[in-house]
Amino acid sequence: MSIAVTVLDYGIGNQLNVLRALEHCGASVKVVQKASAGDVEADRLVLPGVGAFGDGMAELRARGFDELVKRFAQTGKPFLGICVGMQVMFDASEEMGEHAGLGLLPGRVRAVPATGSNGKPHRIPHIGWRPLLRSAPWEGTILADVQPLERVYFVHSFAAVPSQEEVRLAHVDYDGVPICAAVHRDNLYGCQFHPERSAETGLNVLRRFLKL
Amino acid sequence: MSHVRIIARLDIKGPNLIKGVHLEGLRVVGDPHEHALRYYAEGADELLFIDIVASLYQRNNLSDIIKRTADRIYVPITVGGGIRSLGDVSQMMHSGADKVAINTAAIARPELITEVARRYGSQCMVLGIEAKRVAPGRWEAYTDNGRERTGQDVVQWARRAVDMGAGEILLTSVDQEGTRKGFDLPLVQQVCDAVNVPVTASGGFGRAEDLAAVGATGVSGIAIADALHWKRMTLPEIKAYAAAAGLDVRRADGRTTQ
Repeated sequence: MSIAVTVLDYGIGNQLNVLRALEHCGASVKVVQKASAGDVEADRLVLPGVGAFGDGMAELRARGFDELVKRFAQTGKPFLGICVGMQVMFDASEEMGEHAGLGLLPGRVRAVPATGSNGKPHRIPHIGWRPLLRSAPWEGTILADVQPLERVYFVHSFAAVPSQEEVRLAHVDYDGVPICAAVHRDNLYGCQFHPERSAETGLNVLRRFLKL
Repeated sequence: MSHVRIIARLDIKGPNLIKGVHLEGLRVVGDPHEHALRYYAEGADELLFIDIVASLYQRNNLSDIIKRTADRIYVPITVGGGIRSLGDVSQMMHSGADKVAINTAAIARPELITEVARRYGSQCMVLGIEAKRVAPGRWEAYTDNGRERTGQDVVQWARRAVDMGAGEILLTSVDQEGTRKGFDLPLVQQVCDAVNVPVTASGGFGRAEDLAAVGATGVSGIAIADALHWKRMTLPEIKAYAAAAGLDVRRADGRTTQ
């Protein structure tokens, strides 16, 4: 029996590549545009997303996905937010004004600092393949099959800043500035990088997510 | 040590992967699908597909090629050539593209940059610039594979496009393109200095030493076509050279080069 994964499509960004990557990893994937009662029955729920936080949250609410995610989170089954899908798991974001998130994890989403630790400006959006660093043990998590310093692909201008250290699973170093790369609490996972765009390392993250 | 992505650039004409000199004198290399899969397997950090006739003949066959290819590729894909509207962007995204590179249509109507950035995020909106040297230290933006003048100064246009929402710049030197004589370093340097978004340098890669030289300008991406297509160098070789030159690159197996 393949794992049944529901991917939430809320009209921003590209669900297609997430769908293809999950299918490649052996999942049976359903993409939904609007919440319905049966969605909570899925084995896994995935919330992708690129674009702006505020627009994303508005679309999530309009489609009933905010309530669906909160209900799914309570089932204890693994949930994965990717990029903006991870950011909306937090309390709030400062992207273009103040926007409330889903509040599943404590913390805020802030702009990636415009300078490195040496005070010199660096490029925003932060785009590229960065080596993952351990912030908390990876055993038993979606990163169980990843070695520290394996590279994954980032493309973002904002990043989560968890207010509890133990939520942070991995980070990367952007010119001396630590950027939160993956988060975890109980059955909830988020990654700022794109596992569906991170070659074999990313696919290993998704495979492990399906095996949790 | 600055991180650079090594990007495999595939110029497409009809069903074929092609390569020219100065974006002209095109020769057929082969099947874009097969080459894309090979570059992915060899560790390309990103694939860049440019339909080089689309903006001339108002047609767009790239979508089918991307659809077929994206199905088996798990690194970012940027698509350019003939993208004129939000509808075109949507078509590319639904074919598997992560980003679109827009040149001609952005010159004709710069508001498109803002519209794409608003709808899909600025990380999706790559400004394509075809730059031709018009005087020492001065370049003009061209369209239609370096055939049509625009009267726009490259550096000013880059700044303006970033203000309007472009999240990345793909900078192709028409003068160097396909020559294997090295990148137009003053051009790349000026654009890198003028904007704070990531810049990818395209056009001119020939020898290993070119990597260190262009890496020193502050580029975030280096696009390579000719050397890969004609199998003069492989991606692992290019990455080893880049690492030896002090650039921070991803190895083909996903690990760091240090």
